[in-house]
Amino acid sequence: MNETLFYLILIVGVLVVMLSIAALLIWYERRMLALWQDRYGPNRVGPFGLVQVLADMVKIFFKEDWIAPFSDKWVFIIAPTFVVIAVLMGFAVVPFAPGLVVADLNIGLLFFLAMSSLGAYSIFLGGLSSNNKYSLIGALRGAAQVISYEVFMGLSLMGVVIMSESFSLVKIVEAQKTIWFVIPQFIGFVIFVIAGFAESHRAPFDLPEAESELIAGFHSEYSGMKFGMFFVGEYLGITLISAMIATLFFGGWLGPSFLPPVVWFFLKTGVFITFFVLVRAALPRPRYDQLMALGWKVLLPLSLLNVLVTGALKLYFAG
Amino acid sequence: MTYDQTVIDELKQEFGEHNLALQQTQDGLPTVYVAEEQVENVLHFLKNKVSKPYKMLYDLTAIDERNRQHRDGLPKGDFTLVYHLLSFDRNSDVRIKVALQGEYPTIKSVTKIWSNANWYEREVYDMFGIRFEGHPNLRRILMPETWQGHPLRKEHPARATEMGPFQMPDDKLDREQEALQFKPEEWGLQRSSEDTDFMFLNLGPQHPGTHGILRLILQLDGEELVDVVPDIGFHHRAQEKMAERQTWHTYLPYTDRIDYLGGVMNNLAYVLAVETLAGIEVPDRAKVIRIMLSEFFRIASHLVWYGTFAQDVGQMSPVFYMFNDRERIFDIIMAITGDRMHPNWFRIGGVAQDLPKGWDKLVKDFIDYFPKQLKTYDKLVMKNKIIKARTVGIGAYTTEEAIEWGVTGPGLRATGLEWDFRKKRPYGGYDQFEFDVPTGENGDSYDRALVRIEEMRQSLRIIEQCLKNMPEGHYKSDHPLTTPPRKERTMHDIETLINHFLNVSWGPVIPAGEAFHGIEATKGNNGFYLISDGGTNPYRLRVRTPSFPHIQMVPYISRGHTIADLLAILASIDYVLADVDR
Repeated sequence: MNETLFYLILIVGVLVVMLSIAALLIWYERRMLALWQDRYGPNRVGPFGLVQVLADMVKIFFKEDWIAPFSDKWVFIIAPTFVVIAVLMGFAVVPFAPGLVVADLNIGLLFFLAMSSLGAYSIFLGGLSSNNKYSLIGALRGAAQVISYEVFMGLSLMGVVIMSESFSLVKIVEAQKTIWFVIPQFIGFVIFVIAGFAESHRAPFDLPEAESELIAGFHSEYSGMKFGMFFVGEYLGITLISAMIATLFFGGWLGPSFLPPVVWFFLKTGVFITFFVLVRAALPRPRYDQLMALGWKVLLPLSLLNVLVTGALKLYFAG
Repeated sequence: MTYDQTVIDELKQEFGEHNLALQQTQDGLPTVYVAEEQVENVLHFLKNKVSKPYKMLYDLTAIDERNRQHRDGLPKGDFTLVYHLLSFDRNSDVRIKVALQGEYPTIKSVTKIWSNANWYEREVYDMFGIRFEGHPNLRRILMPETWQGHPLRKEHPARATEMGPFQMPDDKLDREQEALQFKPEEWGLQRSSEDTDFMFLNLGPQHPGTHGILRLILQLDGEELVDVVPDIGFHHRAQEKMAERQTWHTYLPYTDRIDYLGGVMNNLAYVLAVETLAGIEVPDRAKVIRIMLSEFFRIASHLVWYGTFAQDVGQMSPVFYMFNDRERIFDIIMAITGDRMHPNWFRIGGVAQDLPKGWDKLVKDFIDYFPKQLKTYDKLVMKNKIIKARTVGIGAYTTEEAIEWGVTGPGLRATGLEWDFRKKRPYGGYDQFEFDVPTGENGDSYDRALVRIEEMRQSLRIIEQCLKNMPEGHYKSDHPLTTPPRKERTMHDIETLINHFLNVSWGPVIPAGEAFHGIEATKGNNGFYLISDGGTNPYRLRVRTPSFPHIQMVPYISRGHTIADLLAILASIDYVLADVDR
């Protein structure tokens, strides 16, 4: 009984923390972008403009919730929920600290990959049901991009799995006590980060929404809280990918003992979130075919090679 | 600028003296009237047969002659069609005119000779109702399909108050909506080919990537562009019609807004044309002030282009840095003129006021500050691998194609042709300055960008020379047509007082005649062709803008590329819709 209560509290806690982080990221990204772009960003509402988050939320809730009359109504309404649900489910397997994980599945890593690919349905269904040509192009780009990069994302993690001999994220973290996997698995790390950008369709791989080309791509027709769901889903996605980078390659909660493990975990995640924002500020957007070429011609062979070499070394030293 | 007059003899030899009528114009540009039946042959001869040919159709426009008083000895006609040709080999121009009879005359199209005649002829049809036989798609270009009348005809009202109250009842609304529908067949486009149905995507007039109200209709096969149809005219404000009811002086603020990023650069083209017409010699100090401000605006305009160029290929930050720098330029412009984007600062015969105290320090600070910034931007934008991947080889054209389509400015120099009107035809005092003319090699989007960036450095050099060598003297000419005239003498002698009174109340009376002046503006060659009938306002004023032919070329250079490439091409062309539509 006590255990059930503990997990209930943990689940609610994770939900609350993750949604607050996603909301806070709206403010954080705007402030950080502003910092790098020689301007102020939102600094008027509350201390450092922090209450801007609340103001934004109030605004988005009160916006007209327009359902395009020419759209495929039910799909149009359901589509934004996929990304939020899928990403939130993904957090279920993330170990925040020893014992602090909602579900320590023995296939945790596969569960994460499955959930992150479900997010693609949001883009695809949202874009398709909008019945708008820009959305359609965005949806096509998005579907192709997310599905392709899914492949490299999975492959890039196989090295980690081979080294830790487990799909369980807790075990993977514990396997990093001597050395963080970012060093032996550097290639895997780089590919995972690139694929992570593509998965969460963040700049520079924001092709499905490419503002200067497709206006807002797959979510052009969305407004109000439905648009807000895409928005929150994107920030949750960044948080999840950052949390996974920290877990899989930077030892998750591990760190010197002057700080509690959970703080280490969130610090590491924060660094990668900031990296996501910095990249958005810095890089231009490649063309669609260039993105695909990079994936299939460079990342795929490289990640396969990484799996082979890691496996061979493992066998050699084990034998 | 002295033009090559030998072309007149060549024409006489080929077509016989009695078939030609010569016109003397104040700008000295050889102007020849030819008969309607012969015009095709004459143009073909000038483009293809004559030695050192006139390869570029620089401008094509018309004049409604029906109210004109001063027509001494010129062929009779209700309308005159004007072909302005440019020869790069001779560094000279020629103006071929055709007198047309009748209320709604028809003439043969020259679209077979020049590709860029297409839009120019549509514009003449739209504005004057002159029809062109053999034109592939003669329809309105600037005005909506539903417009009644042809605005530049003299009988067409210039004021809204002359047209009755505006109403938009439901049935009219429906008609207007219907007229905006895109029907591919009207443009000769197929809805499907053997193996695919094409998608038609309406890009604009409201779109973040078009930098203004430009509408492009894309015929798509997947993401690949099969064809592009630009639809312009949303920014049309009848700049040419407005000129006909403004005085020569009060038209100045309108010019600012033609290439709205170019500010006083537009003033320059206009006042130089008026000064040619009136025979005003401008004092040196005014010349150097004009050049300095114009070059500041060149940098400011290029900075806007630079930022939006990066933004259009998906780079988010540069535009903020570049707008910051542009703000520094505006600080200087504001200190000198009191305004930012549209200072309306040049006057017929000089500039509005002398430079303020302390201007030199502001300018010097900027000269010290700016080169470092450009270096940073090179690293940030031009050396970025993704930017290169997005722009190298995209939207490329050769020098010949550029000339065929009427491309001038950085777009022309990017193909490797070293052609800068400031060097080739120094105007307004540019012959006194040292600067280089940057060129590219491949004529693609990346080279067009490189040329503009180097131009900013050269502009800075010119500004530095202005700073070091600002001549003493008056900032306005003492010519009686200078408007407003020098104030300090008005209370001392009656002649100046009278001039002052007349020029300011009625406006200066510019002697009858015709003059053209073109300058190297921010986006290409910007020119004003003025016709005075001896009154206080222009009888006809033609603005030749660079962006118009540049946008006309977009379909030609973007076929076969993707949507993303199209945006990169548009970004690299650097156009302003006000400059396209006027």
